[in-house]
Amino acid sequence: MTMLALQNVSKSFGALKVTDDVSFDVPEGQALGIIGPNGAGKSTLFNLITGNLSADEGGIHLQGRDVTRAPAMQRCIAGVGRSFQIPQPFTNLTVYENLVVAATFGRQRAEKDVMRQCAVILERTELIGRANQTAGSLSLLERKRLELARAMATHPKLLLLDEIAGGLTEGECHSLVETIKAIHAEGVTIIWIEHVLHALTSVVDRLLVLDFGRVIGIGDPDEIMNSREVKEIYLGIDI
Amino acid sequence: MADQTNTTPYAAHTGTNASRVAGVLALGLIVVLVALPAFASRSLIQDMFFILTMLVLAQFWNLLAGYGGLVSIGQQAFVGIGAYAMFGVVILAGLDPIPAILLGGVIAVLLAIPTAFFAFRLQGAYFAIGTWVIAEVVRLVVSQWQAVGGGTGTSLPRSATRELWFADAIENLFGVRSAAARDILSYWLAVILAVATIGGIYWLLRTRRGLALAAVRDNIEAAKSVGVDATRMKWIVFLVAAFGTGLTGALIYLQKARISPDAAFSVQDWTAYVIFIVVIGGIGTIEGPIIGVLVFFILQSLLADYGTWYLMLLGVIGIIIMLFAPRGLWGLISDRTGVELFPVRRRLTGGRLGQQKSPNNKTE
Repeated sequence: MTMLALQNVSKSFGALKVTDDVSFDVPEGQALGIIGPNGAGKSTLFNLITGNLSADEGGIHLQGRDVTRAPAMQRCIAGVGRSFQIPQPFTNLTVYENLVVAATFGRQRAEKDVMRQCAVILERTELIGRANQTAGSLSLLERKRLELARAMATHPKLLLLDEIAGGLTEGECHSLVETIKAIHAEGVTIIWIEHVLHALTSVVDRLLVLDFGRVIGIGDPDEIMNSREVKEIYLGIDI
Repeated sequence: MADQTNTTPYAAHTGTNASRVAGVLALGLIVVLVALPAFASRSLIQDMFFILTMLVLAQFWNLLAGYGGLVSIGQQAFVGIGAYAMFGVVILAGLDPIPAILLGGVIAVLLAIPTAFFAFRLQGAYFAIGTWVIAEVVRLVVSQWQAVGGGTGTSLPRSATRELWFADAIENLFGVRSAAARDILSYWLAVILAVATIGGIYWLLRTRRGLALAAVRDNIEAAKSVGVDATRMKWIVFLVAAFGTGLTGALIYLQKARISPDAAFSVQDWTAYVIFIVVIGGIGTIEGPIIGVLVFFILQSLLADYGTWYLMLLGVIGIIIMLFAPRGLWGLISDRTGVELFPVRRRLTGGRLGQQKSPNNKTE
């Protein structure tokens, strides 16, 4: 069954078309990677899928349900979880409370029913020792982990990760990748934007290349990475 | 990876030792406040009425701005419309002023609906100015209402203030005249309102909606992305604040028994002073407005005779505190001592966190 389907989705900011006639499907349980140079429209595409932006044209379906006009909050409840490229924690709440908001509203549960689940997610993302600190006091790595943890707390069927490995050291990146692999192994469908290509290709089943808001290739990661278009686009950007 | 070596299950707490002591003290304080008219002078009752009503206005402004991120400088619209609604039904329909106070709150909510409809299209400073402009429009419209005195205002009819509900009982109980009985009655209503307001806001902040409110204030896009209906949260906060502010306005003008549009819709009395109270006390805390209103009352008692100099001094104090203690006087106290009288923060314990007792964990 198809988890997510985009049909001819377009979005413009003024005269600039940042998403140009984008169509693709993501089957349930798949991990799709999205690559492309800076300014290709990757984060905009995410915001269109999550509902933080609304599409000018085209349709977006989640498990067959039309969500093109649904606000972000409804798409979250329907099963879309996301991380932000620049971490957006609730800085005055504690790390644990950041997860409680996500778990109680994203899953429509009472607070007492989500406590244990939030604690387990904090263990998995190695944030349990920070549970009672304010999110504003976290380091960059911890903020990235909190993005992942908070998205998981909404119990997503579809998890969107936006450059979650960017800016991390090799060791940090490795442990984060292991956590993402484990989430994927549980059957969560993942779409992951990433510049750290070795991290991305170690997880994803399929790769999509975006340039100037257009899909210029989608398919097997090895084939895509070796295609001429991708090499041209990435010329000057280390592969 | 979820290991099963946990010795104790995870649990979340909000209480602290200080908060339990504070709870007992608060109950004692409420008893004293209720019993106060038995031994206090009339002028003390009037001062306490002023403190309590300003405290309620400050708590609601704090809910709006400190928790909801809605910095309104048009709350005088709701004070004024609540007061005028009360005067209107007393004068025109002959209703007793006590139930008319409730109507003041309801009318304030009815005004808040179109206000929010327009003002929520504006962000930040534009929202602030927008609410002020709307309040001015309401003042000008009410000034045209000749049945309640138009631009010059009017007084509550003597029959209404004499035959106030419970007034006879209070006159007999304390052996006072009707004007003093009205002060005592207003004061008791102010005590009820203040206790209900603080209790209600504290309850709200401890629920998941309180967390959602803080999330919306901290980061609205992220809040929407975790399933929080940010628009709905803002509406709830705005309407609740309007209701409470309208009730308070009606109560204040029941005690004054005389109203005019310039006084009832005064941006200085009902919004500027209220912002001063919240900011010097500590925005985003329940304790802040309590400390703020006491400081404000002391300053006013000491300096009100100096007229303009008094206002300038208030401004200077406000600026100094904003620069050197952005979290207000309560922020200073809380940072030094770690004390929280109304704790809303959940503390996770158990599991891998163990039973570690660190009730005043420093968070920066």
